[in-house]
Amino acid sequence: MRGPGRWAVLFALVVLAVVMIFPFVIVAMNAVKSPAEYSSNGPLSLPEGLYLQGIVDFWNRVEFGVKLWNSLVISASVSVLAVVLSVLNAYALGIGRVKGRLWILVLFLVANTLPQEALAYPLYYLAKAAGLYDTRLAVIIVMTAIQAAFGTYLLSAVLGQFPKEILEAASIDGAGRLRSLLRIVVPISRPTLSVLLIFFFIWTWNEFFLPLIFLISNDTQTVPVALGVLQGQRYMDATMSSASALLGIVPAVAFFLIFQRTLTRGVTVGAIK
Amino acid sequence: MRARTRGYWLYLVPSLLLFLAVIVVPFLMNVGASFTRWSGVGTPRWIGLGNYARLLEDERFWESFQHNVGLIVAMAVVPTAIGLVLAAALFDYIGKRFGARTASALRATYYLPQVLPVAVAGVVWGWMLHPSYGAVNQIFGLDLDWLGDPDLALATVMAVMVWFQLGYPVVIFMAGLQRVDPAYYEAAEIDGASWWRKFWHITIPQIRPEIFVVLLTCTIAALKVFGPIFVLTRGGPGNATMVPSYFSYLNFFQKANVGYGSAIATVLALIIIVVTFLFLRVQERDA
Repeated sequence: MRGPGRWAVLFALVVLAVVMIFPFVIVAMNAVKSPAEYSSNGPLSLPEGLYLQGIVDFWNRVEFGVKLWNSLVISASVSVLAVVLSVLNAYALGIGRVKGRLWILVLFLVANTLPQEALAYPLYYLAKAAGLYDTRLAVIIVMTAIQAAFGTYLLSAVLGQFPKEILEAASIDGAGRLRSLLRIVVPISRPTLSVLLIFFFIWTWNEFFLPLIFLISNDTQTVPVALGVLQGQRYMDATMSSASALLGIVPAVAFFLIFQRTLTRGVTVGAIK
Repeated sequence: MRARTRGYWLYLVPSLLLFLAVIVVPFLMNVGASFTRWSGVGTPRWIGLGNYARLLEDERFWESFQHNVGLIVAMAVVPTAIGLVLAAALFDYIGKRFGARTASALRATYYLPQVLPVAVAGVVWGWMLHPSYGAVNQIFGLDLDWLGDPDLALATVMAVMVWFQLGYPVVIFMAGLQRVDPAYYEAAEIDGASWWRKFWHITIPQIRPEIFVVLLTCTIAALKVFGPIFVLTRGGPGNATMVPSYFSYLNFFQKANVGYGSAIATVLALIIIVVTFLFLRVQERDA
């Protein structure tokens, strides 16, 4: 295809790109319209000015700052804890080659593929019994286990190919196991660990089902749960709905932009999930 | 040698304890509860396979799995098919004729919906598809109740999921294409092969492993789908978009049929494990 043909291909792909980002654009456009402007001009007109009251009202009504903080605390704790556990496990499985490692890996893999529904009610019941129901800690503990299952599976394969000579040299120099882990394995695998950390953070941020079950009060809910539960409430008019959608989009897109370089390098890592 | 590896066990202890408490024990409790009638309070009453017998005759249960099949089409099959064409077009057409920057900008645009929490994607579309003030009806000059009409609801949810999933296969396939030896394409070009022939005979066979991974992960995601259903339709109208995960949630937390919900969740877990196992077997034989 030469000449007009190649432009036709480009045109088709650009049209598709427009369709893909259209919802983002239209949500942003309508989040800054006043209800009056919306009802007279409809959703498709360009905003006449910057009306931020809808966003402010929604923010205050749901205490969005609290939701952001909850999401941040949960996602940051889970990603750090899950990376630590994944490293410890992968050290034993990938480098230590402990007996029965294949079975342990299968266990972790099954744990990662199990639907959360098959754990949900007992977890809910146990959390209530332990006094952890409706606390962020409950979500942190459960999500750490689920993310670490995936991380262990992935990191064990990576550490299985770790150059043995370096570790042998270290042990001749008298370094113990823990020292080798902290001084050699962790620094050398830092690029993989940072990709894993970012993935865990974003996956936990985006999680819906378990936080929905555990977090019922306003003080503990995360961003996706608050938005998902409020969807379709009576007081949510058109502009406030788009304001809520925008507030859900902004952090996610911000993470995407901040982490983009690491992510595009690492999406193939996530392919296994 | 044995003593050398034994010490490594210590590093597994924290995770194994956590797993026991958070995954193994709850899963066994779930299986146990599936043999009982239990409202969530009081003592569960053992009814053997009663819940499973009830499942087999429950129309809602069967329908929910049929809807799952539709969602597998929307979340795994269609995005994989379109994703292959898009990835190939971006990689060896746009990338070569308009530059790598154009290709990666388009790729990033297709990927954008994937960065959203799926519940937020649901909020976005719930608003776009609203029957009275939604943008979609306005654009097309229609007056359809996209999510409220039982004949339309599932198709609408499927379309939203195609939008949500599409970027994932595009990115994975483009990464896969980078390790394909360009010599194959050069040889095919010398033979005068058309773009479609190269696509069928080089691109697809070469990135088979990626296609498997995408189909497997997306099929599992489709079987587990919960967030979009919760936000967009709550399984309704009627039963039109009910899926097993939401059906079990409903039994757990709204109908106080914990035993029945556990049976649904157990069956779903078994199906997912079997699907994973089958995929891995096929992939192994293929390799």
